[in-house]
Amino acid sequence: MQKVKQKDLILYSGLIILGLAAPYLFSAFKVQLTYLCVLIVLAMTWNLQGGEMGYNSFGNILFYGLGMYLTASVQVGMFFPLAEWTESGGEKTFVHTTAQYFQGIGVGLIVSAIVPALVAGAIGYAILGLRGHYFAICTLGLGIAAGEIAGGIEIIGAGQGFTTPPFPAEIVDVEARGKFFYFLSFFVLVLAFVFVKYIYGSRFRLILNAIRDNEDKAEAMGIQTMKYKIVGWMVSAFFCGLAGGIMGGLIGYIDSTDVAFDGREMGVFMVLMAILGGKGTLWGPIIGATLFHFFKEGLWTFILGWQYVALGVLIVVIVIYFPEGLMGWLREKYPERFGEVIDEKDRKSQVELK
Amino acid sequence: MDFLIFKAPMLMVQASLDGILLGILFALIAYGMALQWGVMNIINIAQGDLVILGGYIAYTMYLAGIHPAWGVIVSPILMYFVGWGLYKLVINKVVDRDLFISILATFGIAIVFQQLMNFIFGADVVVAQSEYGTTMLFDNSVTLPNSKIFSAFVSLAYAVALVIYMKKSKLGRAIRATAQNARAAKILGVDTEKVYAATFGINAALCGIAGALISITLTLHPYVGLPYTVRSFMIVIVAGLGNLPAVAISGMGLGLFEEFADYILGTEFRIGAVFMLLVFILVYRRFKLSKKREYLK
Repeated sequence: MQKVKQKDLILYSGLIILGLAAPYLFSAFKVQLTYLCVLIVLAMTWNLQGGEMGYNSFGNILFYGLGMYLTASVQVGMFFPLAEWTESGGEKTFVHTTAQYFQGIGVGLIVSAIVPALVAGAIGYAILGLRGHYFAICTLGLGIAAGEIAGGIEIIGAGQGFTTPPFPAEIVDVEARGKFFYFLSFFVLVLAFVFVKYIYGSRFRLILNAIRDNEDKAEAMGIQTMKYKIVGWMVSAFFCGLAGGIMGGLIGYIDSTDVAFDGREMGVFMVLMAILGGKGTLWGPIIGATLFHFFKEGLWTFILGWQYVALGVLIVVIVIYFPEGLMGWLREKYPERFGEVIDEKDRKSQVELK
Repeated sequence: MDFLIFKAPMLMVQASLDGILLGILFALIAYGMALQWGVMNIINIAQGDLVILGGYIAYTMYLAGIHPAWGVIVSPILMYFVGWGLYKLVINKVVDRDLFISILATFGIAIVFQQLMNFIFGADVVVAQSEYGTTMLFDNSVTLPNSKIFSAFVSLAYAVALVIYMKKSKLGRAIRATAQNARAAKILGVDTEKVYAATFGINAALCGIAGALISITLTLHPYVGLPYTVRSFMIVIVAGLGNLPAVAISGMGLGLFEEFADYILGTEFRIGAVFMLLVFILVYRRFKLSKKREYLK
């Protein structure tokens, strides 16, 4: 037991050192690395309720977009009139000082984590009563409705978009912006990982699994399933909001349907990454997100214009041929490594049953 | 807020007529969705994109100098083969599996379709001119494009023809048998694989008709497929599977809702209102069922 823990310790410290050194090692790829961190956070937290709880949501993009708009709005609204900012290039007239910028983004990120979680809690009781594909379609509708509605609200820029405050010009170091967002996203990633890891070792995960496997039975066993479902969704929303807030600052421009409530890209990505790596595992979404990001960045520049076709084909292929993902495939191949003991007799009898 | 629609009663008549004529068209798409859902137990997210593809077929004919109304005959024939091919390529692997798999797989198909249509037909909003003129009612205060009346009649004619076909023909009987119990149908000698392919083909053909009609009454754009999928999904969950009169009525209801939402909330919130209605309907059904300690299946 002690030995395993030591191995884990080496692994984690290695990963953290790699994470901290990455922006210096791969200086030119800081934005990509930030993207990667955000993608991993999204995949990991989607997995919590998609993979562990069995509630496949297409609507976590709702919280992501909400977080993005909230961070930017708070960051602007704390110091300047928001309506004037969004109306016509407010970023040219109002300039954040360095202190204002960081104060704004700090408060903004806190708000963008808490409000989506509260929203998830508020709508959770109504939405999580739906099961299976009804839940999936309902959340798909929620995500798209949010985008369409945000595109009609004047104060956050409506259809013409919302420019987030530019990085303070007083900081002369050209690398500073990239480093700031990278370390911010890496911090959120570590936070999310520690939290998810903690959940994986707790009773909470077992309850989520029970809900996934048979919700009626779980309820009959005396588990208040609704309570746990809502908490599960709130955890996802919390981290989706944070991820959205960081991405808003990084991209620098928020469009209602193409950046914030981007169901066609981010909304699908998070589901795809979790499935690619393997739903319902701790490392699956992380590996899936990393693979997906490399695939995307490596390939998309070569097939410019065709990337969505490739994405669509990729979805179809993954869903049809690898619904269990990479971890599921490894698990099938090397069950001993996952701590599963196979009783040959039992396996044979099960094959006969099929 | 100043609601123009409540001050001018003629606008209400206008919105109602528009809504009902539009709703019949939605019902046609929804009937296709109900058919495949009932028979094959899959939810097709690419439904709306099949509709748009059908529309582009009619639009291509229009560009070639043929009157786009002929699209209502050509488009379903071509779309039948598209649907059949799609079944053989992808859909046959998701039948009998978890519904979530079919949702995700057809989501992938939808993305591919959207992008290919974007390449082939361009990203502009297009419309095929039918040049049918407009009918003026009530001292010219209500205008109805004749193309909308034409589309409602064509939809009704096809729907009636399909119902008769499903009742009388051999394939229709086989489809209904498979929907009731696929295994029993197989035992009794129905080639279910063929039935599934035909069902998906018929669904695509229905989408083709609807698309051709949309190309002359509304507008086409590669990325507007998803709202049609959601509309048909909504109609199906309200009306139930295989209940054609209910599908027609809830289709018209949805059309009315949309036209009124358009006037009251503004055009920019129209699609948002459709998606919110979906959420509200699902949540309403969920609360109603949870009183009996049941859930939507």
